[in-house]
Amino acid sequence: MKPRILGNTIQRILRQLRHDRRTVGLLLVVPVLLLTLLYYMFPDPKLPLVPPVFDRVGLVMLGIFPFVIMFLITSIAMLRERTTGTLERLLTTPLGKLDLLFGYGIAFGFAAAIQAAIASAVAYWLFDLDTAGAKGLVILIAIANAVLGVALGLFCSAFARTEFQAVQFMPVVVVPQILLCGLFVAREEMAGWLQAISNVLPMTYAVEALQEVGKNADPTGLMWRDLGIVAGCVVVALVLAAATLRRRTA
Amino acid sequence: METAIEVKDLVVHRGKKPVLHGLSCQIPRGSVTGLLGPSGSGKTTLMRAIVGVQIVKSGTVTVLGKPAGDKELRRRIGYLTQAPSVYADLTVRENARYFASLYDGVPKSQADEIVADVGLADQANQLVGTLSGGQLSRASLACAMVSKPDVLVLDEPTVGQDPVLRDELWKRFRDLANAGSTLLVSSHVMDEANRCDRLLLIREGRLIADATPAAVKAEAGHDDLDEAFLTLIRAREKAVV
Repeated sequence: MKPRILGNTIQRILRQLRHDRRTVGLLLVVPVLLLTLLYYMFPDPKLPLVPPVFDRVGLVMLGIFPFVIMFLITSIAMLRERTTGTLERLLTTPLGKLDLLFGYGIAFGFAAAIQAAIASAVAYWLFDLDTAGAKGLVILIAIANAVLGVALGLFCSAFARTEFQAVQFMPVVVVPQILLCGLFVAREEMAGWLQAISNVLPMTYAVEALQEVGKNADPTGLMWRDLGIVAGCVVVALVLAAATLRRRTA
Repeated sequence: METAIEVKDLVVHRGKKPVLHGLSCQIPRGSVTGLLGPSGSGKTTLMRAIVGVQIVKSGTVTVLGKPAGDKELRRRIGYLTQAPSVYADLTVRENARYFASLYDGVPKSQADEIVADVGLADQANQLVGTLSGGQLSRASLACAMVSKPDVLVLDEPTVGQDPVLRDELWKRFRDLANAGSTLLVSSHVMDEANRCDRLLLIREGRLIADATPAAVKAEAGHDDLDEAFLTLIRAREKAVV
């Protein structure tokens, strides 16, 4: 990896994003709109002992939205690199595979940071989201989750030949993670085999980390462990993605 | 003359089908070599093998003394793919500058110069996605030439270009060769073949001719290259039968 090439690649990806105003708009507005829907779906019980449902569901969603959105845009962006031939051209230049992969991870991670900051700001100040722990940790976990989405998107794009196929990976990769992460049914109440699946899905740990921030004033060991697992999954996904980038093809 | 590219007994299969059958040729340094042949004859495959992105079955490809695809070569080689490969959501200048930034010591000003060289000075700030077909392929060409590489492999760089521009592009290729670069240019257009130092004619994955345009014409006894190639192909077919 060369810092200069990595830096220029990050700039290039952000520039592409900037030229696409509609995508930028969607990136920033959609999570806020969805949070709004969610807020009005669960009316505030106004009972002192019952915590609002939004505190539980809204918090988890702050982690899920960036994951889903970044997974989608990354798999399409990378697929475009493959289908338009820019990837083949890049691989004939001094650019290293990791320059490209980390370029996407950092550039979209940066976009996700802005997205997460706006969504969290709306959740906390407009919708009175209440977490025992720090807001900054919520944003940090949301960013880690977004980068996880980027890394999995980079990897999965290798298995799609067309955009039609690429979007199909969304339900395959994302939906099971949302279903089994403990949001709909507490993980302890799931059948053993479902728990086993849930245990190997990275989103489970991101959601658990967010729940830890919701419950505890100070960051817990479990939260740091979970964040570490998410980071580990990012590295594994990037290494796998690097293995799918071949300089020579048939 | 010094050899820049040496291909020896190159066999390439794509899928189960053989595309190149033990092809050998040498390309001298500082020259413009035309690669001619019908669609599907293996031109692109040969170019991909030289650039080092093609999986080869057997044989060797040596570029500037190194095996094709060597890490060292990546900063010395430029490749124009047949389909334009540039970012549609960046401007022409941003594309050229990004590809320039991947090489050591290529200033932004050089990227801007190349954009002007390919006749896109007026479109420099235009998004590539809004260019016409001919402009798009010139934007792609600019990105391949931006590092002024020692070896430049161009897959049909002048298709769909207006004759005046085509003439100017060929002058640019000649300038680069005069400055020491080695160019391999594929084409369908025979009048372009006349502007090359050497010609490689391939058909069905085999080399039919490897000579200067004058020698090709002399051997076939035709002044017209189209006719000359036809004669060579027929002679070859008879020899095989």
